[in-house]
Amino acid sequence: MSKEENTANRPDNTAFTQQRLPAWQPMLSAGIVIPGFVIIGVAFIGIGVALFVTSQNIQVLEKDYTGIETNSSCFKCTNPRVKNCNCTINFSLDKLFEGPVFVYYGLSNYFQNYRKYGASKDAAQLTGDLAYFTEPSTSCVPYQRDAKDKPIVPCGSIANSMFNDTFKLFQIVNSGNVAVPLDGKGIAWWTDYNIKYRNPTTNPLKNAFNDTVKPIFWPRPAYELDTTNAANNGFINQDFLVWMRRSALPNFRKLYRRITEGEYAKGLPAGDYALVIGYNYPVKAFDGRKKVVFSNVSWMGGKNQFLGIAYLVIGSLCVVMSIVMLIVYAKFKFPDEE
Amino acid sequence: MDLSDTPGGPHCLDQYLDQALPGTRTWTRHCPGPGPGPGTARTNIEVVPADLLLLASSDPQGVCLLETANLDGETTLKQRRAVAGLGRPATEFDPENFNCLVVCERPNDNLNHFKCYVERPDKVRVGVGIESLLLRGCTVRNTDQVLGFVVYAGRESKSMLNINRPRYKRSKLERALNRDVLCCVALLFSMCLVGAVGHFMWRRSLPGTPPYLVPDPQGSLDAPSLSAFYMFFTMIILLQILIPISLYVSIELVKMAQVFFITNDVDLYDAEWDRRVQCRALNITEDLGQIQYVFSDKTGTLTENKMVFSRCSVMGTEYPHKENAVRLAVVDEPDPDQEVVFDQRPRRRRPPGWTLAGGEEEEEEESGSGAGQRPHAAPPRSKAARSAHGDVAFSSPLEKEVVPDKALLQQIVKIDFSGGGREVDPYLDFFLALAICNTVVVSTATAQRERLSQLSSGSVSTGPSYALSSLAQKVGSLRRSLASWKPLTRGASPDSQVLAPEEEEEEEVDEEEERGRASGRSGDMDALRSCRLVVDSDEVLFEAESPDEAALVYAAKAYGFTLLARGPASVAVRLPHGERLELEVLDTLSFDAHRKRMSVLVRHPVTGEMVLYTKGADYTLMELLGSPCAEQLNDDQRSVAANCQKHLDQYAKEGLRTLCFTRKTVSEREYSEWSTLRQTALAAMDNRGAQVRDSAVHLERDLSLLGATGIVDRLQDSVPDTIEALREAGIQVWVLTGDKPETAVNIAYACRLLDEGDMVINMSSKDKRQCASMLDCTLEAVRRYPPGPDGAVTDPTVAMVIDGRTLAMALESDLQERFVELARRCRSVLCCRVTPVQKSAVVKVIRDKLKVMTLAVGDGANDVNMIQAADVGIGISGQEGMQAVMASDFAICRFKHLRKLVLVHGHWCHSRLAHMIVYFFYKNVAYVNLLFWYQFYCGFSGTTVIDIWLVIFFNLFYTSVPPIMFGIMDRDVSAETLMGLPELYRLGQGEYKSSIFWVAILDAFYQSLVCFFIPYLTYRGSDVDVFTFGTPLNTVSLFTVLLHLSIEIKAWTAVHWGVMMGSVGVFFVSILAYNALCVTCNPPANPYWTLQAQMGDPVFYLVCLLTTVVALLPRYTFHVLRNTLRPSPLLLARNLERLAPAARRRWTQGWRGGTRGAAAEGTPREERTAPGEEGPSPTWTPPRPPRDTTTNAT
Repeated sequence: MSKEENTANRPDNTAFTQQRLPAWQPMLSAGIVIPGFVIIGVAFIGIGVALFVTSQNIQVLEKDYTGIETNSSCFKCTNPRVKNCNCTINFSLDKLFEGPVFVYYGLSNYFQNYRKYGASKDAAQLTGDLAYFTEPSTSCVPYQRDAKDKPIVPCGSIANSMFNDTFKLFQIVNSGNVAVPLDGKGIAWWTDYNIKYRNPTTNPLKNAFNDTVKPIFWPRPAYELDTTNAANNGFINQDFLVWMRRSALPNFRKLYRRITEGEYAKGLPAGDYALVIGYNYPVKAFDGRKKVVFSNVSWMGGKNQFLGIAYLVIGSLCVVMSIVMLIVYAKFKFPDEE
Repeated sequence: MDLSDTPGGPHCLDQYLDQALPGTRTWTRHCPGPGPGPGTARTNIEVVPADLLLLASSDPQGVCLLETANLDGETTLKQRRAVAGLGRPATEFDPENFNCLVVCERPNDNLNHFKCYVERPDKVRVGVGIESLLLRGCTVRNTDQVLGFVVYAGRESKSMLNINRPRYKRSKLERALNRDVLCCVALLFSMCLVGAVGHFMWRRSLPGTPPYLVPDPQGSLDAPSLSAFYMFFTMIILLQILIPISLYVSIELVKMAQVFFITNDVDLYDAEWDRRVQCRALNITEDLGQIQYVFSDKTGTLTENKMVFSRCSVMGTEYPHKENAVRLAVVDEPDPDQEVVFDQRPRRRRPPGWTLAGGEEEEEEESGSGAGQRPHAAPPRSKAARSAHGDVAFSSPLEKEVVPDKALLQQIVKIDFSGGGREVDPYLDFFLALAICNTVVVSTATAQRERLSQLSSGSVSTGPSYALSSLAQKVGSLRRSLASWKPLTRGASPDSQVLAPEEEEEEEVDEEEERGRASGRSGDMDALRSCRLVVDSDEVLFEAESPDEAALVYAAKAYGFTLLARGPASVAVRLPHGERLELEVLDTLSFDAHRKRMSVLVRHPVTGEMVLYTKGADYTLMELLGSPCAEQLNDDQRSVAANCQKHLDQYAKEGLRTLCFTRKTVSEREYSEWSTLRQTALAAMDNRGAQVRDSAVHLERDLSLLGATGIVDRLQDSVPDTIEALREAGIQVWVLTGDKPETAVNIAYACRLLDEGDMVINMSSKDKRQCASMLDCTLEAVRRYPPGPDGAVTDPTVAMVIDGRTLAMALESDLQERFVELARRCRSVLCCRVTPVQKSAVVKVIRDKLKVMTLAVGDGANDVNMIQAADVGIGISGQEGMQAVMASDFAICRFKHLRKLVLVHGHWCHSRLAHMIVYFFYKNVAYVNLLFWYQFYCGFSGTTVIDIWLVIFFNLFYTSVPPIMFGIMDRDVSAETLMGLPELYRLGQGEYKSSIFWVAILDAFYQSLVCFFIPYLTYRGSDVDVFTFGTPLNTVSLFTVLLHLSIEIKAWTAVHWGVMMGSVGVFFVSILAYNALCVTCNPPANPYWTLQAQMGDPVFYLVCLLTTVVALLPRYTFHVLRNTLRPSPLLLARNLERLAPAARRRWTQGWRGGTRGAAAEGTPREERTAPGEEGPSPTWTPPRPPRDTTTNAT
């Protein structure tokens, strides 16, 4: 019997099988982590300051127009029997509201993230697939077909509940009201507008909607959503796209328009303004509030005090921790650190 | 009946014949092999296809030799004999005419028991036992043809019934794990309940029907209560990830890898047997890290179970075999000059004219010529050839070579052999008993042939020349060995008569001796070799069922009494002067555990006298001594017995295994009376075993003592070190042995189980009352010593030695509590003379009463019960077959392997798995809670804020490999340190506790709150959409979970880095790809371009950074502070590995001292209480100066 045969079962003597792989064994002890804490602390304080300053520079103007209060101008519109109700909210700016100004509408206590609500749409239909015009997905039930069994396009609860208040902004100057141009282009995600949502290629668009009915709550069919701009209709209507992107949280705002044109491109100058609201959307059923938000944006988006403060607090905490660690380190050393 | 696996060879003709009994078949095997010789090897090996009742064999005596290696791993040959009363050779046996009725018991799994009778046509019933059953799977050897009756086949065969389903032991960790999984289930239900109640309240608070509530097809909404009821189940579906199903899969994977690492450990590999450690139970690796009590067998476990004849006492005279003792001490020699020695030996000739004790001249002459021929006849055996033979059990050179004692040799030479051993000489009797009173089989092809030819011719005589030359050989061999041993022996007995002739030829020998001295021990070994050469030249190989028997046969052979052949009815022995003595074996009363002895009844061929030779444990045989003519022999016998007993006691003190030999002359009348008794017993169907035993007892009385032997069983390598290390690790070591107390105590001292300073409690009582009072007294005495948690230096450590009878009483239910209480306070316990059942009873009692983890280690069939009873059973695959290994969870080759297996692998496996399990719970809770917190912001509607696919992927791909790798490869302390500081083992036992589980769960809650609410506060009030909000949650979770793991990882290897980086990489790449490709898929999520959009937003990164830091800050800080303020000993040990060896030694010393005196000094480093500490057992073993092992741990 040869030597090899004798030791046929001998395990391989490799670092891996013998569990001797070279390893880095970090020792989490006070002395070692002090620099780490200091670096994190300083960096966080730096980031925090930058965020805080940026956030402080963002101007936000919020106007609640729900009309709960009886003295509110929109109170009259809260009665569901009143149709085509308009109300005006006046406000004044004492300094320039720097542009570009974004106009948002805000809803509170509105659960766009409700599970069944979120599922109530037909993604295939919204890509302009005509097959789903005649046969919408069952996920749209009960907004799949109307009482006469005609398919609803766009089907589902999300589309059906689309926000339909309208806003017009006027600057009140001596000569009267000057309309502030509101730009509705590019307010939705680029990918939504160009890829995810598509209109049928049928021309004119109206023909594609033959034998279908509009969503029950809608005043006009999908192909007539924007009466001023024929291209902004169907599933690629910007307001529709914005609405279809469901909000993550029950208190949210959605972009309505941007003020980017004309003399208001640099911002809203100081002065008095009137916001004329076409009040259509009922919110009483869920104790909701509606508001209009004017805001300018920075590199970090809208105004957000929290992030800056949080960075400052955590940064400071890390610095304090490093001091604590230093004391601990001074008192209790590791043997190898002597 | 399944006979499908019947072997069929070109030479074999198999027949199946339906027989008289319905449902049974006869299997006939005709193998017309080419006849004996090398060519028969192939046909010699034949596997039995079913359990066969052996009806006839080609052997004239109806014997069939069987190898049961397939069943129990034993390579020894076992004899099976054909059913008595049908005995015709196979050639004459006609299956067609076989019309007996076979009635046997129901199929069962007992391989060593079979009950059956054959009713012959003449209505005579013949009882049949296991000795006539050929078990399926065994190999028929040395038998050309057997014919059997199939009693059990297929699934009913004993070997198939013995295939146990893999015993499912659940580890302690898994039991704790299941408890925690139940906690998780409870947590899940409470969370679902919160969701349901929350949904109900939310619905109730709505004043009307908001547009976002989707009515059912009928246009109506469910009532809030009904909706909440449904929501409960929706929540279960949503949050079920909380139950870590993947954990079970991961645990299996980790255990597989752990088994791989254990079996691949070079340190646990035994080169001698070419065997690795075997993990037979795959699911209890981590229990190795939890052991608190070790129960060990002694023979074969602590000792090598290489039985070597050491010394003997014949007729009251002790023969110490000093030369043999010297040889035993020198046994592990590596001998590079081996081949040279073999070459040189034969050339050296001794001139004639020399005798051992001045004997007859003729013999002298012959001895010269005989010696001259012999060396050429014996070809030198290479090492390879030797190792090939070494594979056959019980025939290692150590056991074969016995150097005779000169004084005893002299006695033998004095025997007058001229009468063919007619004279009744106690020395002759003693060696005859040694040679024949056993079940040793002489197994070579030549032996087989010889036996058959001898038997067929019926002749006993051998030619005188043969006898002479044979004797010459023997004498020559003896002389030679004596000559070679002279340098050593002369000092011991300078004026021994035996040496006188030797002096004359000193000149000749001198040259050789000089060489021998120059090369140290090799000279002695030369002598050994020469001795062995002689032995080998006989070409006899003994195969014994127990190593003791082999040792005795080899001892007898050393004195010239060579067992030549054994048949069922005869046994042939070559006497020292060369005559072949053929004794008729009338009966063999085989060994059983009750009698603890065996006997052979033979008829002397010359005198015709019937003699019963009995061999057995001294305490059973001493009681049976006596003589019918007591008056005359009394004094003589008594003094022999007294002297012998004295010697026996001395042997036992030296740790030798003792056996007594007796003889008894049986008269014809007595025999015939007994014979009928025996026949009825053998034919009995019920209670056959007891009847056979009683019949044996009937004959074994009034024996006269011949002598006693002492067999040494050496301690295995490093046994004392291993036991000491285990004890330092806080493990209590018990030794349970069948040996007598003296032997056991001696071994216990040798392996440092008992120390000189120990207070040894000797428990040995005859009746129960005495036992009870003894227990009470001792307990009272022991209780007086303060059960300090630290082994106080002044207290004597208590050890207990208890014998089997007392143990049986102590284990009875009323004394059990006291016994356990006492045993708990003992540092070591030694149980002697315990039966296998008692062994397992002890283990069970300790395991159940003390709620401790037990490990049992053993090597023999008698340890099987114990191995199965213990939480972890370890079998030592060694000399005594495979039963222990078959029953075990782990099989090792040497006891010393236990040290690394338990201290290192046990610690690692447990520590790794425990940490991984805790981490898995943490991970699942942390992640699922994100989904749960979101429910508070979506009306408890069960919305997933993260794409459901990503939720699944998160556990399946992104965070599954790192913890598995963590469980496989983490290394908290290196193997060397664990071996060097066994104390660490005890500390590793508390790695998994419910407190750790709950801390992990709380941490998970905290982290999930951070991971949810920092993004929530950041995005609150903005226009973020559902899945855009979910993306940072998911990403932050990934980073938190992985970095949490990296805090836990103690050793980062390249694999760790790769897996961690890989996980993050896979996360981003796969989600980016998914979000880029999935435009309309997976409604309603349609997560198209979500991650891409987020990754273009700086806030996303700021959120991820902040959240990860805040989530991990507490745990990180806690780790840092604990490591600095109160570092765990494990951490200190890890730190130790970085120090230079000298500093390490100094530090270890200081640390060990520090832990002892820590309570007084009040340093923050000490670990005052060990987790799960209870009772007086110390956290740390008593302080001792640092041992070398510590410093070697580099």
